[in-house]
Amino acid sequence: MFQVRIHGRGGQGVVTAAELLSVAAFLEDKHSQAFPIFGSERTGAPVVAFCRLSDQPIRLREPIVEPDALIVQDPTLLHQVDLFAGVGRESYVLINTSRSLEELAIGEFLDTIRPERVLAVPATELAREHVGRPLPNAALLGAFAALTGALSIDSVTAAIRDRFSGRIAEANAAAAEAAYELAAASADRVTVDA
Amino acid sequence: MRSQIEGSIAVAKAVALCRPEVISAYPISPQTHIVEALSDLVRTGELAPCEYLMVESEFGAMSAAIGASATGARSYTATASQGLLYMAEALYNASGLGLPIVMTVANRAIGAPINIWNDHSDAMSQRDCGWIQLYAESNQEAVDLHIQAFRLAEELSLPVMVCMDGFVLTHAIEAVELPTQEQVDTFLPPFHPRQVLDPDDPVTIGAMVGPEAFAEVKYLMHAKQMQALDLLPEISGAFSQAFGRSSGGLVRAYRSADAETVVVALGSVLGTIEEVVDELRADGVRIGALGVRCFRPYPLEEIRAALQGAKRVVVLEKAFAVGLGGIVGQNVRLALSDLPIPVYDAVAGLGGRPITRRSLHTLVADVLEERLEPNRLAFLDLNWELVERELQRVSADRRSGPHAENMLRDIGTVAASAHGGPTR
Repeated sequence: MFQVRIHGRGGQGVVTAAELLSVAAFLEDKHSQAFPIFGSERTGAPVVAFCRLSDQPIRLREPIVEPDALIVQDPTLLHQVDLFAGVGRESYVLINTSRSLEELAIGEFLDTIRPERVLAVPATELAREHVGRPLPNAALLGAFAALTGALSIDSVTAAIRDRFSGRIAEANAAAAEAAYELAAASADRVTVDA
Repeated sequence: MRSQIEGSIAVAKAVALCRPEVISAYPISPQTHIVEALSDLVRTGELAPCEYLMVESEFGAMSAAIGASATGARSYTATASQGLLYMAEALYNASGLGLPIVMTVANRAIGAPINIWNDHSDAMSQRDCGWIQLYAESNQEAVDLHIQAFRLAEELSLPVMVCMDGFVLTHAIEAVELPTQEQVDTFLPPFHPRQVLDPDDPVTIGAMVGPEAFAEVKYLMHAKQMQALDLLPEISGAFSQAFGRSSGGLVRAYRSADAETVVVALGSVLGTIEEVVDELRADGVRIGALGVRCFRPYPLEEIRAALQGAKRVVVLEKAFAVGLGGIVGQNVRLALSDLPIPVYDAVAGLGGRPITRRSLHTLVADVLEERLEPNRLAFLDLNWELVERELQRVSADRRSGPHAENMLRDIGTVAASAHGGPTR
């Protein structure tokens, strides 16, 4: 089982991101389960959503306490919410930011996980460029595919086209592919450096 | 067709496959997506003929369903929480008149304090209103139970409530197999009502009944509901034959045949419990689980048969009777009367508190190592420190103010944890 926790703010498509991940897994004939924590259903309020991917049927209904991957859609949450709760040394961490990891002032946390499993992606900028709106979720899912290898980029874009249609689908798929390329290139660099 | 969809949408599609002729609804979280999706299906003509009534309240929703059902129309509605309470008077009328309405209850806590999240307080508050109550463990089962519910309701001429955990199931996106229209049409014949308001053949439904016959009418209500204990397994069997998967029935045992400890629960928490059972079994603990699918009528004999070999029973429930203790627990004790099997009651998941594997392991350890007393209500993951602080305030100051607001201040309003669990 591979468990993903997504943090963001209301209006950033956090719940949709979890849904898209689960659809991408479904398209790969995996079992998957996406669910949100609802509550403060207001634009800008912190939102959490979860997705489990597995080769076996999923019975578990608890929130994801120890994620295999963490996606942070909004870096302003980094010092507001206990984002890294349950994140272990083997976890993947994907952060939407146009800054470098060093600039995020989370060095203490970064020391506890494997450096090649952490990635900063300018997903909002990619979304502005491809979608025309600052909705980082699709781009982050593309980067997720590259960083974790848990799903293929083709399944991610297929899920996007399944959920949306027309120009919106194509623009989001393009954002996901661009982020995938960026993340894949970055992963190569880290591997070479290591 | 198998698709990856939200539980609410899956249930709406399943209900539509049952060809309801009247849907009356009033939105309330976490049920809203179901009736929204149904209103779309009616608007686009995908579900036809069907009259969709957007009523002014839940009382109106149930009243309209009663009227529609009495004219012989297959009728459906959905609600949750305070909405179910607002229907309460009409619920008794639907069951007392023997009208086979099917309703989804997207289980949610009841205020005060106001809370939109999941527990079973709503459905449990109406457990004795004469409706049959079924509890779904997954979204697939929610779909399957709705299809079975219409058949059960119409064969007995009694209303059926299909309970599914709000948010946990209604807002979860997972793979669900939706049957074809032909399959459902074969399984669920057209509604052939036992009583109809028909201008060409006038009858009275709902006349006043005095002491001379009231008890007899009520007795029949009970006798009729008890028939569901025989009919439900038959319908569930016919369903597995027709659809190729087993769903429904009265109870479902999991690894309990040789178990010394059996955990009893209702609804979606059973999946997490089964995971814990597997983990403990791997450590050599002889433990199993019993899911109660049908809570009303109460399958007393099946529950007794499933539990009588156990050394102890733990009932995990998402509601409780204030001033008494467990609700399901008391029902389980009734099934086990005169057997020397201690029953432990644990209330969990109130108001959306997540029920985690870790907490369940602690609960089982507490039972096995005798840190809990049978017959005494335990609260899973209760934050005693928070309770103590409020009790101190209460004893120090006569005008200590409202509990809820005091305790929220204690934990801090921005103390939401990363995964929605209790903050400590």
